[in-house]
Amino acid sequence: MMEIISLLAGGFAVAFEPLNLMLVIIGCTLGLFIGAMPGLGSVNGVAILLPLTFLVPPTGAIIFLAAIYYGAMYGGAISSIMLGIPGASTAVATTFDGRPLAKQGMADKALTAAAVASFVGGTISVLLFTFFAPPLAHVALVFGAPEEFALMLLAFATFVGLGGDDIWKTIFSICIGLVLSAVGLDIISGEPRLIFADITGFMHGINFLVLAIGIYGIGEMLWTVEENHKAGGRSMLSEATVTVKRTIANLRELLGAWKAMAMGSFLGYFVGILPAAGATPGSLMAYGIAKQISKEPDKFGEGAIDGVAAPEAANNAASTGSMLPMLTLGIPGSPTTAILLGGMVIWGLEPGPLLFTQHADFVWGLIASLYVANFFAVVINVAFIPVFIAVLKMPFTILAPIIFVLCLIGGYAPTKDLHDVWLMIIFGIVGYLMRKLDYPLAPAVLAIVLGPLAEPALRQSLLIGDGSFNIFFSRPYSASIMTAALVLMFLPVFKLIYDKMKKKPQAAEG
Amino acid sequence: MTVRMAELCMAVTMTIFSVYLMYKSAELPIGWIEGEGPGGGFWPFWLAAVMLLSCGGILFNWVKRKTAVAASEETYIERGVMWDVGLVAGSLIITVALFHWIGVYGALPLFLLFYLKFMGRHGWPLSVGLAITIPVVTFLFFEIMLKITLPKGITEELFYPIYPLFF
Repeated sequence: MMEIISLLAGGFAVAFEPLNLMLVIIGCTLGLFIGAMPGLGSVNGVAILLPLTFLVPPTGAIIFLAAIYYGAMYGGAISSIMLGIPGASTAVATTFDGRPLAKQGMADKALTAAAVASFVGGTISVLLFTFFAPPLAHVALVFGAPEEFALMLLAFATFVGLGGDDIWKTIFSICIGLVLSAVGLDIISGEPRLIFADITGFMHGINFLVLAIGIYGIGEMLWTVEENHKAGGRSMLSEATVTVKRTIANLRELLGAWKAMAMGSFLGYFVGILPAAGATPGSLMAYGIAKQISKEPDKFGEGAIDGVAAPEAANNAASTGSMLPMLTLGIPGSPTTAILLGGMVIWGLEPGPLLFTQHADFVWGLIASLYVANFFAVVINVAFIPVFIAVLKMPFTILAPIIFVLCLIGGYAPTKDLHDVWLMIIFGIVGYLMRKLDYPLAPAVLAIVLGPLAEPALRQSLLIGDGSFNIFFSRPYSASIMTAALVLMFLPVFKLIYDKMKKKPQAAEG
Repeated sequence: MTVRMAELCMAVTMTIFSVYLMYKSAELPIGWIEGEGPGGGFWPFWLAAVMLLSCGGILFNWVKRKTAVAASEETYIERGVMWDVGLVAGSLIITVALFHWIGVYGALPLFLLFYLKFMGRHGWPLSVGLAITIPVVTFLFFEIMLKITLPKGITEELFYPIYPLFF
């Protein structure tokens, strides 16, 4: 315990270095704006801005990105409430009650509730994070190649098991991401592999950013162009007045929502830890439970303050939660952390248990900066509420070309090869077309990041086990993770059989 | 084209792509190499095989009309949307093509001008202003601060007098 506190103190020293502090503030502000823009969330912000972080040292870079992540979680609520369009998928649940409140002229109440709940969720989850991370990292120290591979399989299995109704498309998305990550030179034999049409640009492999910016930058913007076309080019705004007196009254009313906020924080944190689950399901679950434990469930959907507080606490808590497996095990809990993980690899930091011993500065600096980011995000958020309202009035046709320019340059910067910009455009367009057909794309991005880690783990395991898959079941940790992965993967099959068995008697009756 | 038709086209395209990936992976050994473990083609080959399997599943669902998209007879991309999205995607492709020829600083102003003036129907002062400001900021940020040189094509020589001002 004392050790953790002294490490944390060291972390705060890192977080309060002038450069890092500045990065936290800039990151939070940028994140708030990105999160507030309809269609763009933390994934998009982190994916598009990652190439810019090569300028600062790794610790500063991750602090900056984590601040964007945090800020975006706060910001997502703003367009959910003001425009009725979720700023990010994580803020979908916030529209249910936030939008009705805004329509009743109480947008300031909803915005304050969202900001305070986010702060509570963030704080509780960072505390949990501080005390859970070191023990987990300790367990992970005994992990070898088979355990690593089993964990990655578990990450993919959660996507298959929990992912939407079309399982085949989820599996397809995972596999295509993994295959794309295999393009380039074979890591073991050094031979060129999957060099399509003998184009030399494929020799250096496909950078995960090319796929990430393609899908979350270009693809997402094309999607928003379509949404904007359907909305007739104008999104509706709502009026809100902000006065000190009203704010105090709002805060007093919020005290009554403490149960919803606490529940949302804990639930969000633990859902966030699960790979593939993340902040979106976390916030939706929190909304559902808040409604069930509420004394007035009828008010939900018509402007219940609990309905705004619970999901907002949950999505912030989940964003911290998803960083836990990323740092300790090297398994990202969400698409955003997958991109952060990819960034860490570029900066030369190997995520996983050793990170805690070899780069303690980095880890504790990040944890401390989460506390700092949380504080600044709530202050900036409340202070900037009137500014956000003004920026959201900025037409989409001005924001869009600026974001496109960032995408084009962002796709070029990591490899300095125009070949990758072409690939990015292709991924963007194909991703847009696939998304319209309900293909889930987040698994592909997760897969392209994990691919280069999963393949050597599998090949080494098989080598240790002399070509037999039994190796995965002969070691206690790997066997239990493997079993969990297989159960999760076949969950949909069990469900299908169960549903059929339930249907049969009915069919016999009919 | 209906959503159902689009679903079929996508599934068939991806089936062909999966088979191609399997064929391409098999250029490297896909079996066991004594002392080295699985060959270089092992991993992508079997993944592509799973892709093929899932395409089979998607096609099966299509025949049975099991998923929402497989049953939907709605228009895949409406005419108006196609026009908008197509214009944006097309202008991006032309912009990247121009990167090769007249470079980033030739292509970006043209792209911005096109988007702001003709897609966004904003006034000339705003369009021209942003079409100049954004590439200048890009230059200062990427080339000067981050030292990432962006492609310049035939405009390369025009930049020679500018560099000494900063370095």
